[in-house]
Amino acid sequence: MKAKNIEEGFFKILMIISAFVVVGSFFLIVGTIVVKGAPAMSWDLITKVPSGGFFLGGEGGVLNAIIGSFYIAAGSSLLALLISLPVVIYINAYLPKRSWLGNLTRMGYDVLFGIPSIVYGAFGFTLMMYLGMRASLLGGIIAVTLLVIPIMIRTMDEVIRTVPNELYEATFSLGATRLETAWVILRQVAPGIMTAILLAFGRGIGDVASVMFTAGFSDNIPTSLNDPTATLPLAIFNQLSSPYEDVRAKAYASALILTIFVLIISVLARLLSKRFSKNKV
Amino acid sequence: MNIRLLKDKIAGRTMLVLTLLSILIAVLVAWGLFYRSLPLLENYSLSDLLTSSAWKPEKGEFGFLGFIMGTLWVTAIAIIIALPLCLLVSIYLSEYAHPRLRKFIVPVVDLLSGIPPVLFGVWGVLFIIPLIQDDIAPHFAENSAGYSVLAGGIVLAIMIFPLLITLFLEVFSAVPRDMLNASLSLGATPWQTVKKVLLKKAMPGMIASTVLAISRAFGETIAVLMVCGGNVPGIPHSVFDSGYPLPVLIANNFGETFSIPLYDSALLFAALLLFVIIFIFNAISRIILVRVKKKIE
Repeated sequence: MKAKNIEEGFFKILMIISAFVVVGSFFLIVGTIVVKGAPAMSWDLITKVPSGGFFLGGEGGVLNAIIGSFYIAAGSSLLALLISLPVVIYINAYLPKRSWLGNLTRMGYDVLFGIPSIVYGAFGFTLMMYLGMRASLLGGIIAVTLLVIPIMIRTMDEVIRTVPNELYEATFSLGATRLETAWVILRQVAPGIMTAILLAFGRGIGDVASVMFTAGFSDNIPTSLNDPTATLPLAIFNQLSSPYEDVRAKAYASALILTIFVLIISVLARLLSKRFSKNKV
Repeated sequence: MNIRLLKDKIAGRTMLVLTLLSILIAVLVAWGLFYRSLPLLENYSLSDLLTSSAWKPEKGEFGFLGFIMGTLWVTAIAIIIALPLCLLVSIYLSEYAHPRLRKFIVPVVDLLSGIPPVLFGVWGVLFIIPLIQDDIAPHFAENSAGYSVLAGGIVLAIMIFPLLITLFLEVFSAVPRDMLNASLSLGATPWQTVKKVLLKKAMPGMIASTVLAISRAFGETIAVLMVCGGNVPGIPHSVFDSGYPLPVLIANNFGETFSIPLYDSALLFAALLLFVIIFIFNAISRIILVRVKKKIE
């Protein structure tokens, strides 16, 4: 056997092992959380707010944190959509294909996409102190919005850029304005936009560092934008640092809840983007 | 003027303003962090802050070296683990794997990227910490509680798998197929083709991707906080030492300790440091990646 064939086989085996490690790590993480979380799972955990002394092993659940996370993720996704949609429409339908402003915007959001959430959290908190706000639902929504805008813009832009030029030309030749063209394009990529929203939502529901100072923590379900609110990831983090075994077990169960949410969102987002690619003109 | 044209114009102007304003967010963040770090920078020289490891805020000593070293250790371990694995997986997916297998692996990698940091942290505590404590550390005759830079590095490595693999696959797909086929038709084995053609051609993009992954690892906070065990600032001396990276410094102390003078300024300086480093790393690698992409178009 020639040396080159031995080398070939050796690296092929290495590659297969690596693929197993990478794919296995996902199943190992989810598996560990399921195995540890399932025994501590209870109906109370999902339907009750914490009672007094919850972190000392008291009764109750994490409903406050589940609702809080949903509020923050939904609020910030909505806010981010309101900002992202015009930006994406502008750089695609209004600007010519190779404009410097479009490229600068894309580059800018690529870079912002990499800025860690702790920086947004620290900045958000500074901004809130400057405005005289206290840690609240609104503060959390603002910080998470900053975090998810780049995700949304980059995802939507990628999708819209796959729209063939002919579609633009067809609408323009029918006498449509750029704004009217934008609506046609948006309808064409609607599933892709849903994917972007879901990705932003998934990021918003799972992030801790951006909300730990800005949203605060509370045992109650927030009733107004000015109330501080608990979030599911932060609740997991707090429960896990407890010295009591009971409370840590609840942390595993809460982690299982979050895992289920996030996996549902990710799978939905993927299915939608698949549907989008089927609709190609 | 036609009402439709008017609508088009007004919408256009509004969206232009929004686009410009939204880019300004980056400037605003940088300026805000810089402005709040000024009090610290006025009292200490930048080189002192970055080269001293004495961290005693109540005595007015702010040395960031311990935290910077903590960040570097964790990131280095993560890259050392993740880079070869991801490179091999990406080569496998782009050159070897059956399309059906690719259709299974790529979605799994996508799902992995959707898992929030806190869950990586929980998994690290449940799986990696006991593993290091009971199985790995004893072999090296070290007493470790498991909470260490090694644990942080392993968890971070898995967190950057999806980013690295996605970027590598993109870079590989930019290498012209003809070139690879030419090499194969001359009798080179697939691996020789990979080694001599694919990797050589893809090198700039691969370096850019790696830099991007490094900057992702730099800023990761909560998972690292949960498994690194950093409570006392200090420079780690072995992989089994606990570490206290920069983001963890901010997360642990921010918002509580504002009665000590300059403490909040110091923490925002840490945030500024992260922002600047990551911004530069990102900008450079994105520019390279855009160039690589342009070549195929």
